[in-house]
Amino acid sequence: MGITFLCAFSILAITAYLVWELWINSVLPRHQFGFNFLRTQTWDPVAGQFGALPFIYGTLVTSAVALVIAVPLGVGSAVFLAELAPPALSDALAFLIELLAAVPSVIYGLLGIFILVPGLRIIEPYLKAVLGWTPLFSGPFYGVSLFSAGVVLSVMIVPFIISISREVIRAVPNDQREAALALGATRWETVWDAVLPFASRGIAGSIFLALARSLGETMAVTMVVGNDPKIKASLLAPGYSIAAVIANEFTEATGELYTQSLIELGLVLFALTVIINGAARLMMAASERGKV
Amino acid sequence: MTRKLALLLPLAMMASGAFAQNVLINGAGATFPYPMYSKWFDEYHKKFPTLQFNYQSIGSGGGIQQVTQGTVDFGATDGPMNDKQLMDFQEKRGNGVLHFPTVMGAVVPVYNIAGVTAQLNFTGEALAGIFLGTITKWNDPMIAKANPGVNLPGNDIVVVHRSDGSGTSYIWVDYLSKVSKDWETKVGRGTSVNWPVGLGGKGNEGVSGQVKQTPNSIGYVELIFARQNKMPFGKVKNAAGVFVEASLASVTADAAGAVKEIPDDFRVSITNSPGKESYPISSFTWLLVPSKIQDATKKKAIADFVKWMLTDGQAMATALDYAPLPKPVVAKELKAIAKIQ
Amino acid sequence: MTGSLLLWRRKAVNIAMLTVTGMCTVVAAGILIFILGYLFIHGAASLNWNFFTKLPTPVGETGGGMANAIVGSAKLLLIASFIGIPIGFLAGVYLSEFGEGVFAFAVRYVTDLLNGVPSIVMGIFAYTIIVLPQKHFSTWAGGIALGVMMIPIAVRSSEEFLRAVPKALREGSMALGASRAQAIFTVVIPAAKNGIITGVMLNIARVSGETAPLLFTSFSNRYWSEGLNQPTASLPVMIYTYAVAPYEDWHQQAWSAGFVLLTLVLGVNVFARLVLARNRHVAR
Repeated sequence: MGITFLCAFSILAITAYLVWELWINSVLPRHQFGFNFLRTQTWDPVAGQFGALPFIYGTLVTSAVALVIAVPLGVGSAVFLAELAPPALSDALAFLIELLAAVPSVIYGLLGIFILVPGLRIIEPYLKAVLGWTPLFSGPFYGVSLFSAGVVLSVMIVPFIISISREVIRAVPNDQREAALALGATRWETVWDAVLPFASRGIAGSIFLALARSLGETMAVTMVVGNDPKIKASLLAPGYSIAAVIANEFTEATGELYTQSLIELGLVLFALTVIINGAARLMMAASERGKV
Repeated sequence: MTRKLALLLPLAMMASGAFAQNVLINGAGATFPYPMYSKWFDEYHKKFPTLQFNYQSIGSGGGIQQVTQGTVDFGATDGPMNDKQLMDFQEKRGNGVLHFPTVMGAVVPVYNIAGVTAQLNFTGEALAGIFLGTITKWNDPMIAKANPGVNLPGNDIVVVHRSDGSGTSYIWVDYLSKVSKDWETKVGRGTSVNWPVGLGGKGNEGVSGQVKQTPNSIGYVELIFARQNKMPFGKVKNAAGVFVEASLASVTADAAGAVKEIPDDFRVSITNSPGKESYPISSFTWLLVPSKIQDATKKKAIADFVKWMLTDGQAMATALDYAPLPKPVVAKELKAIAKIQ
Repeated sequence: MTGSLLLWRRKAVNIAMLTVTGMCTVVAAGILIFILGYLFIHGAASLNWNFFTKLPTPVGETGGGMANAIVGSAKLLLIASFIGIPIGFLAGVYLSEFGEGVFAFAVRYVTDLLNGVPSIVMGIFAYTIIVLPQKHFSTWAGGIALGVMMIPIAVRSSEEFLRAVPKALREGSMALGASRAQAIFTVVIPAAKNGIITGVMLNIARVSGETAPLLFTSFSNRYWSEGLNQPTASLPVMIYTYAVAPYEDWHQQAWSAGFVLLTLVLGVNVFARLVLARNRHVAR
């Protein structure tokens, strides 16, 4: 039995080693820039100035766009699959959607470059006609952008939201539904007033998990985000994300400070996902308890 | 699981056991000469079947970085290593690194302007202004003056540059630094720089894709790339004041103009060199070979390859749209091979 | 009057919202069908036997394949499985059988953290601990990066399936005089076998498409990779390099590779999930 303990322990050891390696290999920028690393916007390898803000911004914004699209789509589908669809259809569709989660990231990138980006160029005038009055959808659009990356990410995370939310909604006790229906509520009112509040923590947990996933997503984002380390108000402007800049520049970074700045970015990304994952876990745990 | 293992194991064994006497030499770096290198390495492999040169085009910055870290046997770059990088190399490896020019290439401005079909002329100042963001409209007098008779629109210029560390960028900004004091002080030289304006595309492909799809845009790509993709590209004014179209002949002319000043370590920029026919945004591309290679087999293989590349290999260049090296450079390099120890 | 209007409105909202949820589902499922269809048309069209048997050709010469990348991916997954699955599985056994107290909580929590580590960060990790000290890219480095990524999923899935084994089975065998260890290894684990195998297969399928951790660990190779100390080509990295390269012929090959990879991944998924579904049905 000792060996099972050892294996369990090794997980702690590996994770600690990982964090340690990232930490000691990013001493230089911490020493040189301190907290300014997180606060400044200049990423200038020639002058040796490294500020992470544009990447942090891009990472958060692309994930936010992904959530804005994926949450309604995902929760809506989950409601349909759990509450309305006949069980056989629900299982078949859920199965199909879970397969979406298995499609490798690089394939999403491939589809992103060759289909999504040209497609968005066609949609863009309509998008602007409707939403162009906000600063978010102003300015020129080149195809690759924070918005494009957000759309790809939304497709990638929607299966997570659907499959977890569907389980959570299904787990809501039947008394809830029956009570509401008995009071004369319509099907939708039952879902909205009696079922969803009960499942809300679990759904929130699924959203956080999806968020954690989209923050660290690399290949698909790199291929469509535009790779420009600037902070612009418009979502249609090209941007950059932490994971993308590491993928693009890590093998190319010349000089210790440059390499270590990229590793520190990796550490920042790790910290972000740790926080979000922690939040997701808390939500899920709370929802388990709430179920009784 | 066991079944899967049983299926995979023979495959793994086959791949590990069957070719035990082969020598694999890893290299990485510049993307611009990749078609040339892959052709050379393939031909060389056919000639000496046990020698495998595995070259991965990860970008010039990557070539410099990985050869400095010692994770590859040789690197390749479109921009020579600077003094600081050489010092880093010396410090890390305890020996130096040799630059071997292999072929030459040119970088051209490509553009996509609605309603403009004529080949545009660009002065160095205009290009620097556009990429600095001080020239923002296509009908700016700086551009219009060089293009009499062309009806340029008043639209905003969209600048496209490389997002990855790139030798192509190095050649481009090296040229801009030579023709514009502003550029030299505000941005400077490097395989990746802090671009004042524009959006980034990864690789020549990324840049040309952006330019093709974005109205009123301008970017820069390797000449071969522009040609293969049939993109319109502009003439550029050279040091002698003539607008020259990039071609193998004008690139060779540019090198000939600079050839007298080639230093012993071959680290030389030939952008904006004198000569009426010179295309000003031209450059060598280099192999980076450590001056000391522990493994005797690899050392011999690399030295032999460089020699072959300089003799038989040069003859293959023009067929793939690369400009071969001027004779005096080849002669000088052949002597330098002895420095590999 | 107002009452019936209100009722009418409630009914209208009901129908409208239910339709919206249905449409959400159609969109989500439609995306998958679109992706599969597109890859099938684009990828299968240019797929031929050479793809599976030949090495890549130099730029400009057609007719090459990705045989070395297919074998390379297989080797990477083999190493990864040898590392990730035993550690993850045994840790899962620990959690399901002795998983109480602070230590178990810590392991579960950290496992979640490890699962959340972005794959690109895993690549940096393997690069700094293996590639830099060894001074060369290697199949090992890539395999280890993937292996570490497999651990948390292996832990989670094995714990879940072991826990699903009814308590009565354990207690029964221990009542018959089996030790705790015997009960676990001769009764509980065999009972959860199908589920565990399913978990392993899904795990392998998941990491088989990982690109980011391989970019600077197993690197890539034009030729066959000998043994495990040389860089190796792999399908996902080939897709990436070929997709962003400027050659039309390579784009075609990237689609083919994407098609092959997706078929493998989804094939394993469908197979494993059908096993899983059957298993669940029996369990209920």
